[in-house]
Amino acid sequence: MALDSKIPQGPLADQWTNHKNKINLVNPANKRLIDVIVVGTGLAGGSAAATLAELGYNVKAFCFQDSPRRAHSIAAQGGINAAKNYQGDGDSTYRLFYDTVKGGDYRSRESNVYRLAEVSTNIIDQCVAQGVPFARDYGGLLDNRSFGGVLVSRTFYAKGQTGQQLLLGAYSAMNRQIGRGKIKMYNRHEMLDVVIVDGKARGIITRNLITGEIERHSAHAVVLGTGGYGNVFYLSTNAMGSNVTAAWKAHKRGAYFANPCYTQIHPTCIPVSGDHQSKLTLMSESLRNDGRIWVPKKKEDAIAIREGRLKPTDLSEEDRDYYLERRYPAFGNLVPRDVASRAAKERCDAGFGVNKTGEAVYLDFASAIERYGKEQAYIHHEDANNPAVVKRLGQEVVKNKYGNLFQMYEKIVDQNPYETPMMIYPAVHYTMGGIWVDYNLQTTVPGLYAIGEANFSDHGANRLGASALMQGLADGYFVLPYTIGDYLSDDIRTGPISTDSPEFEEAEKNVKSQIETLINNNGSKPVDHFHKRLGKIMWNKCGMSRNATDLQSAIDEISALRTEFYAEVRVPGTASEFNEELAKAMRVADFLELGELFAKDALTRNESCGGHFREESVELDGPQKGEAKRDDKNFTFVSAWEYKGEPKDAVLHKEALTYENIELKQRSYK
Amino acid sequence: MKLTLKIWRQKNAQDKGKMVQYPIDGIDGDMSFLEMLDVLNNQLIEQGDEPVAFDHDCREGICGMCSLFINGEAHGPDRLVTTCQLHMRKFKDGDTIVIEPFRANAFPVVKDLVVDRSAFDRVQHAGGFISINTSGNTQDANAIPIEKVDADAAFDAATCIGCGACVATCKNSSAMLFVSAKVSQFALLPQGQVEATDRVLNMVNQMDEEGFGNCTNTGACEVECPKGISLENIARMNREFMSASLKG
Repeated sequence: MALDSKIPQGPLADQWTNHKNKINLVNPANKRLIDVIVVGTGLAGGSAAATLAELGYNVKAFCFQDSPRRAHSIAAQGGINAAKNYQGDGDSTYRLFYDTVKGGDYRSRESNVYRLAEVSTNIIDQCVAQGVPFARDYGGLLDNRSFGGVLVSRTFYAKGQTGQQLLLGAYSAMNRQIGRGKIKMYNRHEMLDVVIVDGKARGIITRNLITGEIERHSAHAVVLGTGGYGNVFYLSTNAMGSNVTAAWKAHKRGAYFANPCYTQIHPTCIPVSGDHQSKLTLMSESLRNDGRIWVPKKKEDAIAIREGRLKPTDLSEEDRDYYLERRYPAFGNLVPRDVASRAAKERCDAGFGVNKTGEAVYLDFASAIERYGKEQAYIHHEDANNPAVVKRLGQEVVKNKYGNLFQMYEKIVDQNPYETPMMIYPAVHYTMGGIWVDYNLQTTVPGLYAIGEANFSDHGANRLGASALMQGLADGYFVLPYTIGDYLSDDIRTGPISTDSPEFEEAEKNVKSQIETLINNNGSKPVDHFHKRLGKIMWNKCGMSRNATDLQSAIDEISALRTEFYAEVRVPGTASEFNEELAKAMRVADFLELGELFAKDALTRNESCGGHFREESVELDGPQKGEAKRDDKNFTFVSAWEYKGEPKDAVLHKEALTYENIELKQRSYK
Repeated sequence: MKLTLKIWRQKNAQDKGKMVQYPIDGIDGDMSFLEMLDVLNNQLIEQGDEPVAFDHDCREGICGMCSLFINGEAHGPDRLVTTCQLHMRKFKDGDTIVIEPFRANAFPVVKDLVVDRSAFDRVQHAGGFISINTSGNTQDANAIPIEKVDADAAFDAATCIGCGACVATCKNSSAMLFVSAKVSQFALLPQGQVEATDRVLNMVNQMDEEGFGNCTNTGACEVECPKGISLENIARMNREFMSASLKG
């Protein structure tokens, strides 16, 4: 099947408006006759479910948590971008569009990104109207901050809990519709298959995680807002339950999977402390606005610090290497995430790491505390030359800005970051890849849609900070509710979809047999054993730096691990009860397939772009020596994989990317 | 560290349930409390026993999924953290740790340490929202300036994670802190004024229907709340409720 991205004709700035004017609508009376399933209740799924219900559709929403409010969007910290230009610093729809395409290293679709930038301002208006308590300045107006990779302040925030506040906004909109009976909410349900009838997605199979019951649910269309697959690395900043299962089942039923290797490794996470580690905690990128990143200049100092003989505060300025400021004078500590992550890895690999594992760098707030302290001393007529006064006032400012992050750090690491620099290291955070969708957010299966992190659409090979929240809400509030109407307008006379068809029968049987296999497998090793091993392969061979040899061996090792998993895994208990090990086993089984496709995709893309860094593709000389080198001649396309049985048999389809409004340039943050 | 765990085991909602003792060894101070339970569970699986069911998800203190009553305290001995942020360095070698589910009539046990907190959702369905449809044509976000102190106070109330520690801690199993946090968030913002009367009456009514107890101002909820939600919110809700009741 040829990929048709369905990009509207006409100038970029008019495409979305023209498209909305031309597509079919469903009249309000007919919307009552149409059912839509939404899987996942994060920012994308939650906002879509609420908006579809407001429009009049009958929505069935599903989440695996015990409440829709717990979806992992809640953990997003830093903020949400919008081209409001409230700061008057030259921001515009075009600039947000440009920064997103550039930040994504020219591997995203111009039309989608422009639309995203266009609706970004509506999101802020909508959320404020819902009662989302964004940070405000003393004049009572909304405050902004700046984020990595851009030169304007366009990020709206609610302390370090922006995701929580936005999700609770979407949750409240859902609650209003649940109370009115327009959304039927299914908590603690896991989607385990998509049902295709006559070539169209017409329902899903779920498992009730409390009773174990396998259920059939039908609808006229199915929307997946099921998030990313960072947990294929075992250790990531994702929630423990975040998984690829819904997306992977959709892939197996015909949805192409795009750019699986595009992963964002976030530079500011709390380093791993030991083998027991179950997840990693992110510290918002906003910290890089005020924190300076460094390692010791001399290797012997780094060793002394690792062995506990030297404290970071003992090192003078001359003995510190502020390597981001050194290498990238224009952007300094605010280079994009991929660049910051690789630079940290480079220093640690070279032997300058500062914790006992040798995999950590410092994020230091001492200069910020001094700068703010002096500012406050001046404002409040206190003594700006008294270090104690300056420190006290400066710490207050930092506490107001990042208090909850500092508290979180202290609880985990048991060190006070107001007094000693934080230690950070990159960790898997977000996956730009996902289910391939066209301009309407429809997958290659008619009637099956993917929104938010679950799709591949807007971030190219690297996502800018504070853009995930923007995309999730743009898709759910302002894009999907329009585009899905065009498809559903054909269904006004279809009537309810029966769950008694052979297709539902077959899908249910398929799910039950997979469960039987796992439950009755008399292996000896817990699910975590396999998940950890998969994670190690992924991190070591498909992580921040990749090469052909490692990627090929990753493919072989993952394939072998999958065989071992089915032979040796032990899933205790029964299928007809609350059984978390069973739920985990089902998820890890899918990660073991996705992981292989991931490595295959990374092997195929023999260029460095965004978060995907191939050691074979770097600048060999000139001022950019050693930096990533994109290959536009051979790789300006989206890789969309079609399922053909085993991951190794997946077939590659290419969607060519054309840039009519932006000139392709090698990214430079120097 | 070597520890003795006494854990509540209950097969399902119908089962009577009992405390079961487990010795555990090799626990590192840097482990989180839930990572300690992961170690226990993997040992149980390898021995052919059933692992202990407990709720958890984000493991960074924000989703509100984890719970646990640890040595008689919701989310354990540390302050301003959830169980997932509690680290084993807070315990000593040789300690006995008693682990129970959050107990309240409105939170029936699902299995072992997992409880059903859907009553919280139903309270939110009754009024925890501002009735505004998605349009993209609401007025500009900066059209109504909001005083910073009010915006900050609304934010503080809105940081409730809905974990249920307040209910589990309260001797009356009252949900006043949880409900008042949402009522306060909207009461402090101009957007919330239009529906203020109905909101507080409906939410309080639903709270009573769910079987939560009354508030007797002991303040235990505020002490155990991992997000430091203030008792002031309860006072504010009482005020809102009084004036709404008078309006009828």
